[in-house]
Amino acid sequence: MSTSTDIETTYADDAEKVSLWDRIGRPVAPFAWPMVLAGAVILAAGCFLSWSYTDEVLGDLSIDFYPGAVQNLMIIAAVLAVIFALMYRGPFSRLGEWLASATALRVLGLGTTVFMALVIALIGVQAGGLVNVMPGAWISFVGAVLILLGAAGLTPRASKDPLHAHLPSWLEILTIVALLAIVLFGAAYVLDIEDGTVFSLVVLFTGLVAFTLTRAGFFTWVGIIAQTHRRVLMLGAVAVAFLFPFTQDGSDANMSIATQVLIFASTALGLNIVVGLAGLLDLGYIAFLGAGAYVGAMFSHSAFATIGWKPNFLLVVIFGALVSATLGLIIGSPTLRVSGDYLAIVTLAFGEIFRLAMGNLDGQDGPRLTNGPNGIPAIPDLEIGSFNFGETHEVFGITLGRFANYYFLLLVVAAIIITVFTRLNNSRIGRGWIAIREDEKAAEAMGVNTFGLKLFAFAGGAFLAGMAGTIKAHHDVSVTPDQYIFLESAFLLAAVVLGGMGTVAGVLIGATILKLMPEKLRFVADYRLLIFGLLLVLMMRFRPEGLVASKRRQLEFHEEDEELADRVEEVHLVEEQEAKA
Amino acid sequence: MSAMLEVRDLVVSYGKIKAVKGISFSVDQGEVVSLIGTNGAGKTTTLRTISGLMRPTSGSIRFMGKRIDDVAAHDIVTLGIAHSPEGRRIFPRLSVEQNLRLGAFARRDNEVGKDLKAVYELFPILEERSQQPAGTFSGGEQQMLAMGRAMMSRPKLLMLDEPSMGLSPIMMKRIMSTVTTLQQQGTTILLVEQNAQAALQRANHGYVLEVGKIVLKGSGKELLTSDEVRKAYLGED
Repeated sequence: MSTSTDIETTYADDAEKVSLWDRIGRPVAPFAWPMVLAGAVILAAGCFLSWSYTDEVLGDLSIDFYPGAVQNLMIIAAVLAVIFALMYRGPFSRLGEWLASATALRVLGLGTTVFMALVIALIGVQAGGLVNVMPGAWISFVGAVLILLGAAGLTPRASKDPLHAHLPSWLEILTIVALLAIVLFGAAYVLDIEDGTVFSLVVLFTGLVAFTLTRAGFFTWVGIIAQTHRRVLMLGAVAVAFLFPFTQDGSDANMSIATQVLIFASTALGLNIVVGLAGLLDLGYIAFLGAGAYVGAMFSHSAFATIGWKPNFLLVVIFGALVSATLGLIIGSPTLRVSGDYLAIVTLAFGEIFRLAMGNLDGQDGPRLTNGPNGIPAIPDLEIGSFNFGETHEVFGITLGRFANYYFLLLVVAAIIITVFTRLNNSRIGRGWIAIREDEKAAEAMGVNTFGLKLFAFAGGAFLAGMAGTIKAHHDVSVTPDQYIFLESAFLLAAVVLGGMGTVAGVLIGATILKLMPEKLRFVADYRLLIFGLLLVLMMRFRPEGLVASKRRQLEFHEEDEELADRVEEVHLVEEQEAKA
Repeated sequence: MSAMLEVRDLVVSYGKIKAVKGISFSVDQGEVVSLIGTNGAGKTTTLRTISGLMRPTSGSIRFMGKRIDDVAAHDIVTLGIAHSPEGRRIFPRLSVEQNLRLGAFARRDNEVGKDLKAVYELFPILEERSQQPAGTFSGGEQQMLAMGRAMMSRPKLLMLDEPSMGLSPIMMKRIMSTVTTLQQQGTTILLVEQNAQAALQRANHGYVLEVGKIVLKGSGKELLTSDEVRKAYLGED
């Protein structure tokens, strides 16, 4: 008896869920498809007209037939809407069997409507009243609403599993290359936006497009082809990262942000080994970066350096990494025997001890190593061989400044860390870490050296952070204790959690978001704790596995999801077949 | 010939509380030995101490003539003792095959694939569902997986902690007959059970534990027919 009621309730729930869209969509259902198309055309048409009376808000949106940045975004949205509509019915309908076009259109319609409303509101607020909103904006708004209503009238269909889509491999590779190119030019474009509000709108729109494509199932397919063409993707990503400085033409402003993002991302990737792979919560990780930075500073040619010996920089890098790793061993060996929460508290305290110790080793309270709170300033630029990192260089007629030089060096460091990360993840050690994360006691009974592996993760992570730290010292010019406060550790952890624990791509994205936003947006910088806190809470509620989820992780957070379990199973099968072939 | 596993005057405590109060027993090569007793008798503690997950307060444990009471847990697995822990403790989110491969973690040879096949032969259901997350399994299937996982380390001595716990009578029979199969294949087995009947029927030797002490020992048959066991564990007057 009870079972039958249960079933009925589930049906009732499902019916309710569908009805929200359906109730809106039912009256327009007969002409929903032309409505979407018309909406897209109207949306785009509005973009070619003036949106605002003054040319001072949101870049310049006041000229007819000359779309500004924000208008270009809506043209892209319109093009996407047309493509999805033609997938639903029309010339691309074969493609529509694979992608959930109706669902995507609903997301896109809702997104563009909200976006247009936001833009109109912003014009009203910034220009002083809605009078300043020109007809073009209203036309585009109507277009967006038409897409939304039309999409509601479409019937979502089950799409085929992209796992079975066997496209010619040149097409798959082309897709990867195209996506990477979009990333490269997108990044260059976004970084060049001066206006904070426009920047936010572009970021918002990027999120909207990403979400639309995710709901359409596009990224599932991208994930699969990325897996099959791992080499291409990796080479491509390296090429994109390498080419980025050449898009900046000597501008140091963006390159300095890029190097900061790289330092932050490299450190977060190191932390990801500790947190994401071995499952150890480390709240004092910044201390390891700091240890490396201090070693780098003490052995530098700065007049304030406290150690007279000036070895080769490569030696300093190794030395800094070793000092960090030793600290990791010292702090890890007594604490890693106890369970997670204790470790978190001890590492938190360790981070503070490090900072305070560095603030006191000034010759009065201890040996003169760090100059106390003043730190070690005036660290000269690196010189490796005859290559001075402070100088500007001309390559193919493009100027590469100081920060571009450091960028390339940090790229090498990041590459090393990513290599170590993936190698470890796919190794015997990686399997041991999985077992420890899942059930430490059972892992021990299986013959996993749990203490040894945890200590290895801890010291290994510290080693990599120390390595990055030695370069950071020269990049930052000065090293002081207040650069290594607890908040920095918290941000590193936030980058890992936000991006997706245990993934490389996720942590790179997370680190970029967390470092880039405050740099580009004044108000984010002012309220960054509030904003990042909110962001994390929302993430925990709606996507606890992070922006990019490793398949295994996803299962950890959605155990009840049987469909996902089947998918994981299939992915395993495909991997197995590939391994056999 | 000396015993494969020799436990002498073993005392194990949790803080001040002694869970095992000086027990001695031995397991010979090729035998099935059962430790039976009620909750809190110290059976699980004994197994955990043998596999190195806990340290004894005093006493000694010898395996193949070598003292192992101060050897690390992961080295004990390498020496040839596998422990299928209480409550099975499979990795629920990993696939069956990943679970089994983790069972072979301590090994460094390349015959793991061969043993995987052997486990699949023993439990065909595991092969059918080899890519399924282990947490979706029923209790009996999980127990099969736990036993299979323990076998993946190629143990000389297999320790099973309450394999029949929470299983249907049919599934229990199935598991217990696997114990006999494994014995026939040459694995020595130390079996801890609350279900005295099932455990003693298949045991060459048995020991009855009560609050940390061995109160009775003998061959499986002797214990099954002894009055004390019949009264205390089989519910017969």
